[in-house]
Amino acid sequence: MNQPPVSSAAPETTTSGGAVFIAWAFVGIPLLWGVSQTFIKALDLFK
Amino acid sequence: MAEASILDRSRTVAGPGYNRWLIPPAALAIHLAIGQAYAFSVFKKPLGALISGDPAAPAAADWTPTQLGIIFSIAIVLLGLSAAIFGKWLERVGPRKAMMASALCFSGGFFIAALGVHLHNLWIVYFGYGVVGGIGLGIGYISPVSTLIKWFPDRRGVATGMAIMGFGGGAMIASPLSVALMDYFKTNGTGTLGVAATFLTLGVIYLLFMQFGVWTIRVPAEDWVPENYVPNPQHSALITSSNVSADNALKTPQFWLLWVVLLTNVTAGIGVLETASPLIQESFSDAVMGAGRGVTAAAAAGFVGLLSLFNLLGRFFWSSASDKMGRKTTYAIYFGLGIVLYALIPTLGRNIQLALYVGVACVIISMYGGGFATIPAYLSDLFGKYQVGAIHGRLLTAWSTAGVLGPLIVNFLHESRKAEGFTGAAAYQTVFYAMAGLLVVGLLANFAVTAVNAKYNEKGSVEAEPGGH
Repeated sequence: MNQPPVSSAAPETTTSGGAVFIAWAFVGIPLLWGVSQTFIKALDLFK
Repeated sequence: MAEASILDRSRTVAGPGYNRWLIPPAALAIHLAIGQAYAFSVFKKPLGALISGDPAAPAAADWTPTQLGIIFSIAIVLLGLSAAIFGKWLERVGPRKAMMASALCFSGGFFIAALGVHLHNLWIVYFGYGVVGGIGLGIGYISPVSTLIKWFPDRRGVATGMAIMGFGGGAMIASPLSVALMDYFKTNGTGTLGVAATFLTLGVIYLLFMQFGVWTIRVPAEDWVPENYVPNPQHSALITSSNVSADNALKTPQFWLLWVVLLTNVTAGIGVLETASPLIQESFSDAVMGAGRGVTAAAAAGFVGLLSLFNLLGRFFWSSASDKMGRKTTYAIYFGLGIVLYALIPTLGRNIQLALYVGVACVIISMYGGGFATIPAYLSDLFGKYQVGAIHGRLLTAWSTAGVLGPLIVNFLHESRKAEGFTGAAAYQTVFYAMAGLLVVGLLANFAVTAVNAKYNEKGSVEAEPGGH
């Protein structure tokens, strides 16, 4: 959700959807890798 | 007047058009890094065999497991202390400078610890990873909290849940990464079983990774609100539109009630986490299940992994759910359901109900994680957004206390039962009943939480921080 125009000293910026995607990928990929490694380890419980 | 540094709060105010969904990844970059602390145990065996070179046969001069356990304890105690001490500083200087300080301390801790490993000087490791790294943990843990709440006044639980979920996820990344790095450096003959080189590498990786958070984080403009946002659409007496300072919060009974709430929830959860591997192996051993059917060490490691996953998921699920249910109700579920489940565990162990036992433990741990993730939103509801990061920092001393108290209670009760001749699941029976008793205390404390007396509220506008915009 983008913020509505407000009075502020900060210059207007526009954030592209691509930038948001890249930001989430930057943290999401390592997290998913870690979760997958843990999930594989957890499967040992059911062997 | 000197020009503000690029790290100062005033230089991080977002302009119109800035997408608030960039803030959670910035927070996650910090929490995913510092969450490494929970994976420190992967270094214990190699660190305990630096002289002998064989983790299976440590030399007399090698560091003992007890000596090595102190490294993590120092780090967790420093986490709580630094969060409490630096909280107000963080509110003044803003999240970017705090995140940078966290990155420098956390990675610096690795560099100093690498030197300690290289010189085989445990005091340097204590100082590096424990003290310096611990300060990085504390500042990093609270650095994005108040910023997230300001960006997501309509979804406080979701926002803080995402960040604090990262702390749980950080260990999942660090554990296999550290093992892979140690294997690589050991094979390439860097000495110290690859530990010093791994510490150096992790220090560099985390310093760079955390920079993403440092340079992406923004604070919203003073008068910014989300589109279509109506404050307190479901009006509740427990959601204030006023603000209480960190110093005044300490004078309120609500702060100390929540301190007890966090302490009891975390202490009880640690009771399960600390004992997870031996607990399931002893409760469902070959002697109980039949020859060849008992839970093996590998399966127990899988159980620990499963608990980690539920710890992570619980942080997001319960915290998000609290936006709908309300914080007080959510904690009432943690405690009410928790009391029943903790009390049930010994019975499931005695009746050899392995699947149910695992399921119950997973739910318990999801609520343990949820307790961590929901508390910032609970604080924000009661004390407002003004200095919620600093208040949260002071509340984290409950975590440090639980980190010491939990293992002490568990080990004392377990050893006492064993001394009385109990084995298997029966040896843990009093542990779980004691934890259920602790949750009763937490339930009562949560029940006693009411709205903060208006006399503690700040007068007038409090949004402009000294040195701020």
